[in-house]
Amino acid sequence: MYSLNYHRASSVADAVKLQKKGEDAKFVSGGMTLIPAMKSRLAAPSDLVDLAHIAEMKGIKVSGKTVTIGGGTTHAEVATDAKLKAVCPALSYLASHIGDPHVRHKGTIGGSIANNDPAADYPAAMLALGATIITNKREIAADKFFTGLFETALKDGEIVTGVSFTAPAQAAYEKFRNPASRYAIVGVFVAKGKDGVRVAVTGAGDEGVFRAKGMEAALTKSFVPASLDGLAIPASGLMSDMHASAEYRSSLITVMAKRAVAKASA
Amino acid sequence: MSDVSLVVNGRKVSGSVEDRTLLVHFLRENLGLTGTHVGCDTSQCGACVVHVDGKAVKSCTILAVQASGSEVVTIEGLANGAELHPVQAAFKEHHGLQCGFCTPGMIMSATDMIRRHPEGLDEATVRAELEGNICRCTGYHNIVKAVLAASKTMSKSKGKAKAA
Ligand SMILES: Cc1cc2nc3c(=O)[nH]c(=O)nc-3n(C[C@H](O)[C@H](O)[C@H](O)COP(=O)(O)OP(=O)(O)OC[C@H]3O[C@@H](n4cnc5c(N)ncnc54)[C@H](O)[C@@H]3O)c2cc1C
Ligand code: FES
Ligand code: FES
Repeated sequence: MYSLNYHRASSVADAVKLQKKGEDAKFVSGGMTLIPAMKSRLAAPSDLVDLAHIAEMKGIKVSGKTVTIGGGTTHAEVATDAKLKAVCPALSYLASHIGDPHVRHKGTIGGSIANNDPAADYPAAMLALGATIITNKREIAADKFFTGLFETALKDGEIVTGVSFTAPAQAAYEKFRNPASRYAIVGVFVAKGKDGVRVAVTGAGDEGVFRAKGMEAALTKSFVPASLDGLAIPASGLMSDMHASAEYRSSLITVMAKRAVAKASA
Repeated sequence: MSDVSLVVNGRKVSGSVEDRTLLVHFLRENLGLTGTHVGCDTSQCGACVVHVDGKAVKSCTILAVQASGSEVVTIEGLANGAELHPVQAAFKEHHGLQCGFCTPGMIMSATDMIRRHPEGLDEATVRAELEGNICRCTGYHNIVKAVLAASKTMSKSKGKAKAA
């Protein structure tokens, strides 16, 4: 790892100030993506501004069907929060299947969303839930937030302070995991809300997480696995790598989507 | 350089380190606590697991300065003098180790897992919970057995066993 200067922020305002001072300063939350990248010298920020001690970015609020999760909330906290589990168990399940227990103790929802790894789990949930991403500057609809591979609508110095969404009537996440890394080879989040069904796919798209609109239309008509018979996302827009070919991913998307619908209806 | 102060295994420690120093290196090189191992450079093997403020974390994936102000428990902090911690005793009893390289991380993960599952553990849960710990020797069978046995002993003697 290259040398760096560490700063601990006490508030969001403090973090913004500290980040501006550094030449090439980066925020660090759980560090579960950034520190490995720095160890392998894929990232070499001049300064690290630690967001992990900012109290205003932590915690989960559930009021009726409205859920708000602080950007600094860890995967373990999302996985085990009883109020969240009562209204949106699909998200608790998703969080409990990220990485391993040690990663979940440190990694945060804000860090995962800001990083937008094409195989990360949370982006699929945010897109399918039609969530709002809250930053220190504005609110951004998930549909406008995830813009490409590791790309988001965030501007330099912008912090994900939280997310909010309305808990759907039915939802489920199904992930076909890479057995070594535990990231998604294909992950599908299905949510049935009052405005219809939304289906988001992670791990597969050439440009990161995306919505499967054909599947959404079919499931809005009838929310049963058989509605997806014969429906497939063409392999042409999907990733091919050592783990899975685009054709295999295409097939997995339909399988995972059907399983998610069955699970959401159970 | 930054000043780092921690409570490690109940003892206050401090030191001045480069900001890029990983917690595992601070523990091993500054404090001489070489029980915590480094088995990979990809944050995947779990040989480096310690408890920071009561939670299992990978000490190879956190800077010492990030942890400053926290309480840390390492494998050296578990036994009570010559008396092994119930998880250590169970690993010995059930042959939960061969070369022993992964063992400190396995034991720190096991104590964390047992704490998080006061309702008790079953085999499937133990295997899922050990996903962040890789062992090249044992095939995991005896590790799982040891964790299950320790969890039973600890729930029987609740309060008596030193909580880790
Ligand atoms: C062994 C292992 C297995 C994993 N498995 C999975 C998996 O199965 N599924 C999965 O989805 N992820 C997985 N991860 C990644 C993990 O979920 C990370 O926690 C997550 O991707 C990043 O969150 P973080 O808080 O650790 O972010 P950090 O590593 O601290 O930061 C990541 C990036 O986001 C920026 N950032 C951090 N916080 C904010 C914020 N609040 N606002 C704006 N920018 C911010 C940082 O500057 C950095 O560029 C795994 C990681 C490891 C080490
Ligand atoms: S040394 Fe392998 S996970 Fe920390
Ligand atoms: S006992 Fe050798 S690596 Fe686990």
